[in-house]
Amino acid sequence: MAWKRKDLLTIQELDPAEITLVIDTAASLREIGGREIKKVPTLRGKTIVNLFYEPSTRTRTSFEIAGKWLSADVINFAASTSSIGKGETLLDTARNIEAMSPDVVVVRHSSAGAAEMLARHLRCGVVNAGDGAHEHPTQALLDLLTIRERKGHLDGLQVAIVGDIAHSRVARSNIHGMRKLGMTVTVAGPPTLIPPHVQEFGVKVSHRLEDAIRDVDVIMMLRLQQERMTAGLIPSLREYSRYWGLTLDRLRASARADVLIMHPGPVNRGVELSPEVADGPYSVILEQTGNGVAVRMAVLFLLAGTRVAQEAA
Amino acid sequence: MKLLVRNGRVIDPATGTDAVQDVLVQDGTIAVTGARLERGAVEGTEVLDAAGLVVCPGLIDIHVHLREPGYEYKETIRTGTRAAAAGGFTAVCAMANTDPVNDNRAVTDYVLAKARAEASVRVYPIGAVTRGLAGKELAELAELAEAGCVAFSDDGRAVMNAELYRRAMEYTLPFGCPVISHAEDTTLSHGASMNEGTVSTELGLKGAPAAAEDTMVARDILLAELTGAHVHIAHLSTAGAVRLVREAKARGVRVTAEAAPHHLVLTDEAVRGYDPNTKMNPPLRSRRDVEALVEGLADGTVDCVATDHAPHALAEKEGEYDRAANGIVGLETAVSLLLDRLVRPGLLDLPTLVARMSTGPARLLNLPGGTLAPGAPADITLLDPGREVTVDPSRFESRSRNTPFGGWRLRGAPAATIVGGKLVWRAAAEGEASR
Repeated sequence: MAWKRKDLLTIQELDPAEITLVIDTAASLREIGGREIKKVPTLRGKTIVNLFYEPSTRTRTSFEIAGKWLSADVINFAASTSSIGKGETLLDTARNIEAMSPDVVVVRHSSAGAAEMLARHLRCGVVNAGDGAHEHPTQALLDLLTIRERKGHLDGLQVAIVGDIAHSRVARSNIHGMRKLGMTVTVAGPPTLIPPHVQEFGVKVSHRLEDAIRDVDVIMMLRLQQERMTAGLIPSLREYSRYWGLTLDRLRASARADVLIMHPGPVNRGVELSPEVADGPYSVILEQTGNGVAVRMAVLFLLAGTRVAQEAA
Repeated sequence: MKLLVRNGRVIDPATGTDAVQDVLVQDGTIAVTGARLERGAVEGTEVLDAAGLVVCPGLIDIHVHLREPGYEYKETIRTGTRAAAAGGFTAVCAMANTDPVNDNRAVTDYVLAKARAEASVRVYPIGAVTRGLAGKELAELAELAEAGCVAFSDDGRAVMNAELYRRAMEYTLPFGCPVISHAEDTTLSHGASMNEGTVSTELGLKGAPAAAEDTMVARDILLAELTGAHVHIAHLSTAGAVRLVREAKARGVRVTAEAAPHHLVLTDEAVRGYDPNTKMNPPLRSRRDVEALVEGLADGTVDCVATDHAPHALAEKEGEYDRAANGIVGLETAVSLLLDRLVRPGLLDLPTLVARMSTGPARLLNLPGGTLAPGAPADITLLDPGREVTVDPSRFESRSRNTPFGGWRLRGAPAATIVGGKLVWRAAAEGEASR
């Protein structure tokens, strides 16, 4: 099948074949990272703009490397160094960037729907690199790629996503992607961190870590933001980590021997993950990061490639 | 000066009239309403043929943000009342959240003077409950009432301090003006940009639970009971609040309520796509809430329709959803939406709609009008239930265009608006460019 979309905004809007196409493409592009000379000419002459309104090291760098390995010109706009700080609206900034004729704009913004809004107003392709608590599609795609590599397949696998589901775009994108590919998902956390009516997305809800991680193939731990305490959602980090922190003891007591531990990063060591779990044999956290570049190469290739095909037609 | 409105279907809930009749107007008041009044039409009488149209007492919108003074880039008294006239309204109540706030006589005087000079329809100011809408000290309520304010409200914000609100209710008792409550417990709703539910979870937007409205409606009902004051709940939007108001009315509490057209026809499903024109406060609610609200409007639990007309400039309504301003314009779409979505499917009959948009609001705030009985001011609205319109925001009389209804095709529309016997607006004839 061929990629037909101008933008990548959500996992929710993709069908299973599209998700598989991106993952397959990523798997085939990954070997570029192992070459002596990490560069192919695929996107030569293409311009990719990273428009990041939230601090991000991993995702921004990942997109930047992905673009550069494909020979695109990659420009970074960050909140601290551009007119973003001067009160220009998102839409104005985007229109100005578009006037410079980029092929793809990669946007990270704290407002849910920001990427969708940009895509409506811009002719170039838009990749959502995280919009508020809505979606983070490339993260879900790299998570799926990582799981498929380790397990050989996705259909029928059981996953527990643990922590602050309510504020997590990673959780939302993964829930949609995993459900579409036939996986079973349990979300787990204290009730204050579980979003209302989440069962309607076809997931089970658990309020006990030990129950949630029993017999699952994958445990995905989410980062707990410090501000959740001041918002009255949890009493203290100490209590959170006592009941929701994944330690080696807890893992050995309840989880399968071949379970994968994932985390979208950055990890709060000693809060949601103990160091020996984060660095231990179950952890595939660094593989996730590596696969992130491959998935972003695939997305940029598919979006820019689609534009090439459309321009020819 | 005489005006004869001939052969229309006259609906006057105040007198129980629903028949094809004529209405004769003389010197700005209704002279007589009845059959075949040609005889009363002396030479020089202007005749308005209303055959096929509904003739009803002028519609009154008790919840409008005219934005003047202070936010003239969003709306002015001139443009807002032109929008009102084009929407079939003969009178509007202007909310106090202007800049400066209408919390003192000088602002009330200014609004009334501007209205006398520039308004197309009658304008009744609503005074603030607290100075600067800050929720800390009472505004000079007696002087505001004397200057012409017909009610008191900090609309846009809830008065969270229950004792202060109690005192406002007590203090205003002698004036016969209700306190209008923006019922929202902001400790439950802070930071929200839509209704809390499945859709907010899907979209990753912070939701306000229905309970944020319900708890405050419950509080204000209890304070009304305590003080004996008349509390009017603005923009009721939840099934729970409808139930609370219904129970309170049955107990004899002096509580009344309004509902906005958008809460009667849209659910939070409309927020998908993140169009900031679906953002308002209270937010669009669930299907269940909408059904309860329509039921409440039909059975009289909800006393009137009020648009909460909230004009905003494009730049305030095109960006990130969670940062966009709350509210939509409503004056020029209300009648068509309600005729098409409530009356046409049989959820509400036409006389009840007229009662909720004219007689009801007039009674609530002791305003002139709301009837076509002899001696009443000749404020008359003509409706054309058969006319098909397509909502075109670019043709709005309002200075702002923030509506989620652009492009909607609706059957039923205002045909003409008469204020004090004077034709202030008339729909373009077939073939002419429609509104």
